[in-house]
Amino acid sequence: MLKSKTFLKKTRAGGVLKIVREHYLRDDIGCGASGCAECCRTQEGPALEPRPRDPESSLCPQPHYLLPDTNVLLHQIDILEDPIIRNVIVLQTVLQEVRNLSAPVYKRIRDVTSDLSKHFYTFTNEHHRDTYVEQEQGENANDRNDRAIRVAAKWYNEHMKKITADDNHPQVIFITNDIKNKEKAIEEGIPAYTCEEYIKSLTANPELVDRLACLSDEGNEIESQKVIFPEHLPLSKLQQGIKSGVYLQGTFRASRENYLEATVWVHGDDEENREIILQGLRNLNRAVHEDIVAVELLPKSQWVAPSSVVLQDEGQNGDDVEDEEEKENTLKTAINEKMLRPSGRVVGIIKRNWRPFCGMLSKSDIKESRRHLFTPADKRIPRIRIETRQASTLEGQRIIVAIDGWPKNSRYPNGHFVKNLGAVGDKETETEVLLLEHDVPHQPFSRAVLSFLPKMPWSITEEDMKNREDLRHLCICSVDPPKCTDIDDALHCRELENGNLEVGVHIADVSHFIRPGNALDQESAKRGTTVYLCEKRIDMVPELLSSNLCSLRSNVDRLAFSCIWEMNHNAEILKTRFTKSAINSKASLTYAEAQMRIDSATMNDDITTSLRGLNKLAKILKRRRIDAGALILSSPEVRFHVDSETHDPIDLQTKELRETNSMVEEFMLLANVSVAKKIHEEFCEHALLRKHPAPPPSNYEVLVKAAKAKNLDFKTDSAKALADSLDRVESPDFPYLNTLFRILATRCMMQAVYFCSGMDNDFHHYGLASPIYTHFTSPIRRYADIIVHRLLAVAIGADSTYPDLTNKHKLADLCKNLNFRHKMAQYAQRASVAFHTQLFFKNKGIVNEEAYVLFVRKNAIVVLIPKYGLEGTVFFEEKDKPKPRLAYNEEMPSLKVEDTEFHVFDKVKVKVTLDSSNLQHQKIRMSLIEPQIPGVSGPTDSTTLNTDEPEKKRSKLEN
Amino acid sequence: MAGLELLSDQGYRVDGRRAGELRKIQARMGVFAQADGSAYIEQGNTKALAVVYGPHEMRGSRSRALPDRALVNCQYSMATFSTGERKRRPHGDRKACEMGLQLRQTFEAAILTQLYPRSQIDIYVQVLQADGGNYAACVNAATLAVLDAGIPMRDFVCACSAGFVDGTALADLSHVEEAAGGPQVALALLPASGQLALLEMDARLHEDHLQQVLEAASQAARDVHALLDRVVRQHVREAALLLGD
Ligand SMILES: [Zn+2]
Repeated sequence: MLKSKTFLKKTRAGGVLKIVREHYLRDDIGCGASGCAECCRTQEGPALEPRPRDPESSLCPQPHYLLPDTNVLLHQIDILEDPIIRNVIVLQTVLQEVRNLSAPVYKRIRDVTSDLSKHFYTFTNEHHRDTYVEQEQGENANDRNDRAIRVAAKWYNEHMKKITADDNHPQVIFITNDIKNKEKAIEEGIPAYTCEEYIKSLTANPELVDRLACLSDEGNEIESQKVIFPEHLPLSKLQQGIKSGVYLQGTFRASRENYLEATVWVHGDDEENREIILQGLRNLNRAVHEDIVAVELLPKSQWVAPSSVVLQDEGQNGDDVEDEEEKENTLKTAINEKMLRPSGRVVGIIKRNWRPFCGMLSKSDIKESRRHLFTPADKRIPRIRIETRQASTLEGQRIIVAIDGWPKNSRYPNGHFVKNLGAVGDKETETEVLLLEHDVPHQPFSRAVLSFLPKMPWSITEEDMKNREDLRHLCICSVDPPKCTDIDDALHCRELENGNLEVGVHIADVSHFIRPGNALDQESAKRGTTVYLCEKRIDMVPELLSSNLCSLRSNVDRLAFSCIWEMNHNAEILKTRFTKSAINSKASLTYAEAQMRIDSATMNDDITTSLRGLNKLAKILKRRRIDAGALILSSPEVRFHVDSETHDPIDLQTKELRETNSMVEEFMLLANVSVAKKIHEEFCEHALLRKHPAPPPSNYEVLVKAAKAKNLDFKTDSAKALADSLDRVESPDFPYLNTLFRILATRCMMQAVYFCSGMDNDFHHYGLASPIYTHFTSPIRRYADIIVHRLLAVAIGADSTYPDLTNKHKLADLCKNLNFRHKMAQYAQRASVAFHTQLFFKNKGIVNEEAYVLFVRKNAIVVLIPKYGLEGTVFFEEKDKPKPRLAYNEEMPSLKVEDTEFHVFDKVKVKVTLDSSNLQHQKIRMSLIEPQIPGVSGPTDSTTLNTDEPEKKRSKLEN
Repeated sequence: MAGLELLSDQGYRVDGRRAGELRKIQARMGVFAQADGSAYIEQGNTKALAVVYGPHEMRGSRSRALPDRALVNCQYSMATFSTGERKRRPHGDRKACEMGLQLRQTFEAAILTQLYPRSQIDIYVQVLQADGGNYAACVNAATLAVLDAGIPMRDFVCACSAGFVDGTALADLSHVEEAAGGPQVALALLPASGQLALLEMDARLHEDHLQQVLEAASQAARDVHALLDRVVRQHVREAALLLGD
């Protein structure tokens, strides 16, 4: 095996360093066709079919394999993923190039390859004796790789001829969009086509053509040859410019309201020019939201002020720019010297951050046209021009489109159709859209990920019991909301012989099943959290774990990570210990069932006694926590009753809170705090913790002002003072006032975040009034908890460590992703609630409801309808209507509309309707009914609530 | 930039080997006439030279002499040109001392030192080019040199390294693979008895995986043995031919 190899040395000289690497060439690498007599090595894993029958191509009637080059793989991955395309040879050269150029595409191609039905085969050509090529003098790396690909393609064709007796041997077709490369290949006798030629030749599957990415050098006959945009500078020039300070690097953020305006957040600590404003198409210069761009500051004389105009791009296909210039001029009105901001223009793109976008097709007015504009759901994304033959079928559907490029002579970026999600307004479709738009990874778990799941039937083995305590005899039970299938915590409480109490919190031992670094671990880390939508759950870990092996269901043996305290009857902790364990829960209860047991006079079994003990301790713990200054905040949380057949929401219900809810919560908090202390003690540099920063005093202004208006004195200098102030709010004739204050206080809070202890000094958790905190109790649905489990396991010697666990930079990166995923999950959840609210009101028709004013704005009031927990804005100014007299008092704050004044917490009556005038952006509209204001309120009036804005509904503050 | 992929999905390593395969080994015995024994070995791009003097009377302080066996003295050094970056390496730096000590432990376990009480055996090893697995190359070179010197040994001492990537044990790590920072085991084996003369591990490795890595390293060491054995037989045959003339 060793001697059969010849070897060559690749020498790479760079600087003083001379790197010599060995490169072995082999003769035992198979061609991948199953049953090949020449390559006797039996194939395991993905293999090519010996005689692929389909797809039928008019260009190559013979059975054939495809061999794409790097650019085809990079840009046409949408096509390659299509089930029609099978039997593809991916060369190692190509794969390595893709890996260096685009991590997402690399991952996608690996996923496709692992799908055996796709018959993708990776040929290790760089180590094959006959297909290795050496870089020649004067040849650059790209040319060398192109040559290597052609050599491999040629070898394949000859090999296929050799192994097939008859004439009908499979062909290997080289797919490249590089015309020169294609010509060279044909000269060398390799059948070669461009991706477009090949896809168009698939007679049986014409719909595939739409998924082709259209690249700038192909068929741009319709685009005007007039140059609209300034040229982008090459990357090397940009880097030079950034270094010398001529250009600034930043993230491009398009405006939601105005398509001709954007800001660039400059990277770095320079406080002064943090934000640069860009106005006008030419200055935006083809940058798309989230791109990393280089900007040049304009001279002060050309600075502009942020416009307050709402501008939607509504033009048709045309590339006429005069119209735009006119619009740009409208932005420049009302210029006040003081309002001018540093302005600039984009000179080049450092990194594109294009993703597939959801949206809808705006069919071209020209009947026969194949080119249409696509309007993304996200208003910050420009419209995209695509080519499709199925425009009439795609009308009224939510579709996904990817951008391929944006040439300088095109008003819109060019893209291609990727996928049809379904009809607009359809529940499945809308759910898919909101998941995609919030970047929630929700594809089914890949084969590679699933391969790391334990084999069924599963049971606890002796091996598993190593380093593990057997607690199966304990009377442990779980308490959760009804129909909960991912139970990650269970509890027990018993009296010890010395009269003290032993309390245990048992958490699903997810880190036992998810081992560091494997595909399953990577996928969970990427997802970061389970996302709960109104009627759907997007799991972080595969269902086998989340709903079965890791779910601490009753009467089955499960692995757990236990935190066990010895406490006295005054809930003071005497001893804390942690251990991995095996448990057998005796009952899975709902909050209501647990409450019933505690309250029942006749029940005295072990479970009930245990619950009563827990409940008693929890009350003391809670009291103590509140005395220390923990905040009890409120949010109008609403659940939908969903019709079991139509899945339409039929009623709303505010979440009921029982004693048992807070009982479970109390012990989870205690466990989290205990674990946080332990892991920080053990790993002071790389513990994963969670902090909740105190809000800056200015955040509380609105709260203090509102209190003043109600003759209350609010202290906000500490959490404790705030908690006390909130407790003092009481009004016999206005019982809801206290809740309103708590809702308002919630809005003043900062976001709690994960962080790595070695990268931060401030650990304080403001809301819980705890000096240190982490997440340990929900490893099934939060990845942070898995890391915390691993840290704790190492700390107690129950598991081994691995390099990334003790790398604080890796940990900090992980925290960044987790914080992002949590934020996105929250937004997705709100969007889901908003959509279901719309469905609800669609079925319900027009309703009039009581509401309270939460905020007063310059031209509107924000109101909350307690019955639905629904918040909306009542605008007093509208297009095409006479404007009422408005007087805004910032000090109070109050807004006077004609003769009626509105204050925070005023009671009003509003009309709620669904506005479907824009199919893509349906809205709940709220308009004033009471108090009556002539010309403003009344049934003829309509005002809007914009449900797109994520800030509008805050779900409960996560601890 | 994406980091280096140490093991591809198809099971190939960066240089084209499969997980359990060794680099190409070439060796020659008796490269220096003046020394009692000498050998030169190439394991891939790692090249090492070993020279043996002895057994001879104690040099220097006689008080170090052992009454019941021979003293094995090992010195390890790296040539200035052995790595990509030229570096002067003073004799007796910490790393060299440690390596010398390890070699000494290894060979004290293998050489039948009790046959030569109160005498001394010197083993000098120099790495001419370093590309991973320095310790293993030194041990293998020294084994050949000791055999060349005709000093009786219990058995060959064959060494090889092994690492662990993505659940797979890799034998005979190259420099690139070592530099990636994963766990690494260096093992010296007496193949006939299966005894270990030395086992050293860098970085942490879960005990569940230890067996797998050890198994890979041992198998690799046995493969090395087969090769060294062939080199020795070849050398003896050549020597016999010369004598026969
Ligand atoms: Zn073959």
